[in-house]
Amino acid sequence: MTKAQHFTAVLRLGDDALVLGQRLSAWCGHGPILEEDIALSNIALDLIGQARNFFTLAGTLENEGRDEDALAYFRSDREFQNHLLVEQPNGHFGDTVVRQMFFSAFALDRYMFLAHQTVNSDVAGIAAKAVKELHYHWEHAAQWVIRLGDGTPESQHKVQDSVDHLWAFTGEFFVPDDVDTACTEAGLMPDLRELESSWHEKVAACLKRATLRVPEKGWTHQGGKQGMHSEHLSYMLAEMQVLPRTYPDAKW
Amino acid sequence: MVTDQERIAQAWVQVRSVNDPELPYLTVEEMGMVRGVRVDQGQLVVTITPTYSGCPATDVIAEDITTAVQALETDARVEVVLSPAWTTDWLLPSAHEKMKANGIAPPEGKSADRAFLTGQGKVVPCPLCKSRQTTMVSAFGSTACKAHFKCNDCLEPFEHFKCI
Repeated sequence: MTKAQHFTAVLRLGDDALVLGQRLSAWCGHGPILEEDIALSNIALDLIGQARNFFTLAGTLENEGRDEDALAYFRSDREFQNHLLVEQPNGHFGDTVVRQMFFSAFALDRYMFLAHQTVNSDVAGIAAKAVKELHYHWEHAAQWVIRLGDGTPESQHKVQDSVDHLWAFTGEFFVPDDVDTACTEAGLMPDLRELESSWHEKVAACLKRATLRVPEKGWTHQGGKQGMHSEHLSYMLAEMQVLPRTYPDAKW
Repeated sequence: MVTDQERIAQAWVQVRSVNDPELPYLTVEEMGMVRGVRVDQGQLVVTITPTYSGCPATDVIAEDITTAVQALETDARVEVVLSPAWTTDWLLPSAHEKMKANGIAPPEGKSADRAFLTGQGKVVPCPLCKSRQTTMVSAFGSTACKAHFKCNDCLEPFEHFKCI
């Protein structure tokens, strides 16, 4: 594992958290009920907090003077290395909770490994906290998927569509690239291929309880980790970054 | 000449005067956020551990502690330590009592117990009427650290400080 790979691995953790956190924060003020508005905003806050910690750490590892703001606001779409799933639009509430359920199941297992590895104790500390938060995120999303799937014919139909559409973005979680492989060999990151069966088991159990059909494993979108994104990310970043890019020295 | 021990003791007095901005009846020490005070190469350093990753109060708390200790020594600083991660197990017993007195149900049991998530086998008594007939409305509340409950007996809503 080179220094650059170490940096990239930590940066990617931050990118997943930031992009999904930013997506969810768009629900603030638009939740279907007050409790949901609060819940989604709280989850967004957890994720953005995780992103801040990972970016600060990544900046230290890189040692070129980039802080959390530089990494969040002054990188272009091609420099972001999040998974494609997290940048997908919020859609309707069902789309949002399915996306959250798919991601949380993966992130929880990944954080559990990270919390126990001994290669980087800062990563372990951030992950140990994130594990606790992710338990809540997973539980919240899974319960909504069950409620909507096992709900009315309309809610079931809609959320099944969400599952079928977003499913093709989940395979990317388990396809390692050179950075992943090097970090796995170094003991910093889990072997992604080994996370797949546990993810599938958890997600399938949730979908079955929700009386939803579990899609077949098949072709998957890929490229997020290499900076090849869907067009949605660019629009999201444009909105997220406009203020600091227009007024780079702006302070609250 | 003031010894390091005396400097640390005085700094603790200052640190203990800082309250949590979200739970103003609790000090940051009672919250279990202050991990230590030490002298590092002549400089006074207070280490704190944030409660939640995204808790907006963390920055305010760090600033408040910095202001409090800089009243003693202008070059004192606050260091944020993320590992080991903060847990509600670190709350001082007085924090539990003060929460109850302010209408917030404190964390029940140890953070290793995850039963609260599913709501099964976990009773959070109402801090107002002490009834054990309560229901979780939402696992998320007005701040990152709290969940939203209601009491089925006195019908009052109340907040529960999540056990994590």
